[in-house]
Order: sequence, then structure tokens, then C-alpha cells
Amino acid sequence: MTTLLATERIKLFTTRSPWWSAFLALGLTIGFAALVGLNHNGGPLTVEHSQFGMQFGLMVVSVMAALAITTEYRFATIRATFQAVPKRTSVLVAKTAVVAVLAAVIGEVAAFGSWVTTYAIDGGPEMAITTGADWRMVAGVGLVYAIASVISVAVGTLVRQSAGAISILLIWPLLVENLVQLIPGIGDDIHDWMPFTVAGRFLNGTGPDAPMGPWASLAYFAGVAAVLLVASLVVANKRDA
Amino acid sequence: MIEATGLTKHYGRTVAVDNLSFTVSEGKVTGFLGPNGAGKSTTMRMILGLDRPTAGDVRIDGQHYWDLHQPLRTVGALLDAKWVHPNRSARAHLRWLAAATKLPKRRIDEVLDLVGLTAVADKNAGGFSLGMSQRLGIAAALLGDPKVLLFDEPVNGLDPEGILWIRKFMHKLADEGRTVFVSSHLLSEMAQTAQDLVVIGRGKLIHQGTVDEFIAHATESTVLVRSPELEKLGEYLLAAGAGISDDGDALRVSGMDSPAIGELAAARQITLHELSPQVGSLEQAFIQLTGDSVEYRTVETGRLAPDVAASQEERA
Repeated sequence: MTTLLATERIKLFTTRSPWWSAFLALGLTIGFAALVGLNHNGGPLTVEHSQFGMQFGLMVVSVMAALAITTEYRFATIRATFQAVPKRTSVLVAKTAVVAVLAAVIGEVAAFGSWVTTYAIDGGPEMAITTGADWRMVAGVGLVYAIASVISVAVGTLVRQSAGAISILLIWPLLVENLVQLIPGIGDDIHDWMPFTVAGRFLNGTGPDAPMGPWASLAYFAGVAAVLLVASLVVANKRDA
Repeated sequence: MIEATGLTKHYGRTVAVDNLSFTVSEGKVTGFLGPNGAGKSTTMRMILGLDRPTAGDVRIDGQHYWDLHQPLRTVGALLDAKWVHPNRSARAHLRWLAAATKLPKRRIDEVLDLVGLTAVADKNAGGFSLGMSQRLGIAAALLGDPKVLLFDEPVNGLDPEGILWIRKFMHKLADEGRTVFVSSHLLSEMAQTAQDLVVIGRGKLIHQGTVDEFIAHATESTVLVRSPELEKLGEYLLAAGAGISDDGDALRVSGMDSPAIGELAAARQITLHELSPQVGSLEQAFIQLTGDSVEYRTVETGRLAPDVAASQEERA
């Protein structure tokens, strides 16, 4: 497995896409934190203010993770990959792991970078990271990015096309999860179980009517990712490469 | 040795490969011949475990591809030179393949040197010409120093220099005792590179044997004779038991070789202007054998066949 991890690491970092994605994700999140800090008036800045940009970073990381596998299909390097290592499950698990680690690193740097930026602009005692909720809000970003990247790789493996995979991965959290609320009667209940909504509750607090606590929310999000990953592995093993 | 038994592949209703059985013996160049769309690439993908056979089986030295440990050490393949990431350098492409096979870094420089890509190793593969991509593909195939090599249409689209280079390279690989299985729809190419042939058409096996057998099997050798006394010569030849056919101002003689014809003419004091043995070409043999199994046939009259014309009108 270490061999495969090394292989996938070389593959990921010998194209420009992950570098650009990391750069863009950090620029968007930290840049947004700076804007919030500079334009803030009335009341002291809190930890929450520094983390407003995390949604943008999540989008970029999702695209980066999906591209890591869809470009393999696009340029048929997936065939060269399966030629070198015919055990498809191991290859895809290794790729997912490498992408998830990168996503986690981007998430942590983005979250703490944003916090430091906002603190430097106008920080006070209200910005101290003290409670469990504060820590989840900042340090939890890496976990959410990592799990979201697993979902992206799984969707990318299933769809095999960059445009299709990216559309799904952007439209789902941005539109679908919110639009389900419009379904009469059961809409709100469905919304409560939507994976990215649940992941958001892990970061930003669960609120009074959430069905689960924060860590259960994260476990649920991870469960969704695991189910998709297993589905993508089954399909990739059955399909012609 | 590559051994296919009853190999079959369906894509929906299309039968790409149909109950195909053949063997590729060790230490030789075996040509894999068939018209476009005959199922050559599909067969090669099945050998490499990329496509799952609908039925049948193919093994390399008795093992399935996916059971080989670090398969690049056993089988190297170049199926499509464009199977590289365009924004990854040639060296990086080889680097991850080497990492997957636990090969030392020095091996990358060796194969780059072998195919003459050292100077452009750090350039992105997307900017490579077809000839350069082909060289990179061969470098990748040779990376694990495998004893079995698969090439799918390696000379397709190459300039004469590239073709010559590939041809020499194949011979070199075979001389090193490797098993080379190379597909082509170019028969002349096969005649120059291969010793054995596996010929398929529409996914079915048409012939397996040596190149010489294939030609002998499919064509008859004749001798072309030109003479000012053609009629007289024809009569003598017929009398001697040869078959003749009129070929304008010459005679095509079958069933008698050129020395015998020359001696016969000398004995009868007939002047000959030409006496040339006509060896059946691989093309002729090929067309004769695969004639019924070409999938996409051109309309020879120059005018479209009625049903084709009708369907084009419908589209318009």
C-alpha cells in the first residue's frame, strides 16, 4: 500500500491542478476572512467571523478531488494505471487517501490561516479558540474537506467525466440540499439529513432542531462518503477500463 | 507465451471478438493482423485485463494478467501513445510507473536514453509529436524490462523515419529473445517485422501460422512471360502441363517455375523478353482471406449504393 500511496502522490503532484487548487482555496478563504475583518463594524470579531469563507474553499477542494480521477479517465491514464497495478480497489483507495490528506491539509491551513488573518486585523479576547465548539469550527474544517474529497473522488469515479462530476458536486450542496426544503410536508425533514447540511452542523453548531449532535453529524457525513466510495469501487471493478 | 482460448467480447449487441483462440510463442515477433475494426485492440485490452471478456480466457505464461505480481516486469504494452497526461512531463510519467513497479530511478534514465527522449524528458507530454509520444509509450513498455511486449498499431501515423525506427526496434527486441505481439492492418509492415501471424477478421480467427505459410496458403505463385512469339510459347507450355492465362501482351504461367519455362523456351529457340516470378503478396493473401470479413467496406463504383444514398437524403 505504501508503494501505491507513493505512486498516487507522484501522480497528483506532477500536474499543476492540485497546486492551483490549493492556491485558489487558500486565497479565497483567507482573502474572504481579511475582507470580513476589514469591513466589520459593530461588536467585536468572533471565531465565526474568520470562518465565513470555508464554503468557497470546500467547492475548490471538491473540484480538485474530482479532477484527480476524472482526468485519469479523460486522458486514459487510468488504463496505464490498471496496467501497472491491476488491483483496482487498492489503486482507487490509495488515490482517495492521498487526495483526502491533501484536502485535510488545505482545510487546516485555510481555517487557521483565516483565523490568524482576522485576528491580526482586529482581534480581541472574543476571538480566542476556547470551547469545543470553537475548536470544531476551526480545526474541523480539515476533516470536512477530507471527507468531502472522498465523496468527490467517488462521484468522479462513477461519472468519469470532469464536467458531469463537477456539476453534480457543485449543484448538490449549493442547490439541491436547500431546494428540498420546498417539498411540502417532508421537505424540512429531508433537509435535516442532507450530507453537506449535516457537515455544516458539525462545524457551525447543531442548533435546537438538529437530529444529531456534532460528532454524530460528522460520522454521518463520513458514512455517506464511505457508501459512495464502496459503490464506486464496485463499479470500477466491474467496468471495462 | 500468450494463450487465448475461446476469447469473446460483446459490447451490447456488437460482437467485437468472437470465440478467438490463438497462441503467441516465445522469443518471436508475432503479427496480429486484421482490417480496421476486426477486434485487435479489444483483444489486446483483454490480454492486459483492462476489458473483461464476455466469455473465454487469456493467460500470459499460464497466469491471468491481474494475478501477475508487478505486471510491468512481465508484460510491457503500448496500446495508445496518447494515454498520457498532457501536463505531465515525460520523466514524471515514467516516474510514477516506476514507483508503482518499485523500479529504481536509474531505470527511467535508461529507457529515456534507449528511445532517444533524454533531451525532452522534462517537457510536458502534451506537446509531443506522435513520433515522440510513440517513443515515450515504448519507453514505458520497456520500463520493467519485460519478456513479453504488446504493441497496437505502433507505426500508425508515423513518418518514414519513425516507421523505420520502430521496425528496427522490434527486431532488436525479438533478437534479445523477447516475445513481441504486434498488431497492424498494414500487411507490408507485418511481412517485414513478423515471423508468425495471427490473422483475424470480424473478431474471428482466420489464420494462424508463419508468414510464409500464410502467403503460400492464400496465393498461388505464377511466372510472367513476355515474348514476341507468345502464341507458340503458349502452346508448348500447355503441352508441357502448365496452366496459362492471357495477361495482355504477356502470359501468366502457373504450375511451372521460371527455370523450367526458360529451358523450355531455349529448347524450342523462342526468344524471351521477360521471365519474372510473381510472388503472391501479403496484401493479396490478406484480401483473399479477409475479403468477407471487412467491416466497413467502400463502395467501389464511385456511386453510392441505393440504401446509403437514401439514408443520406433522409439525414439532409
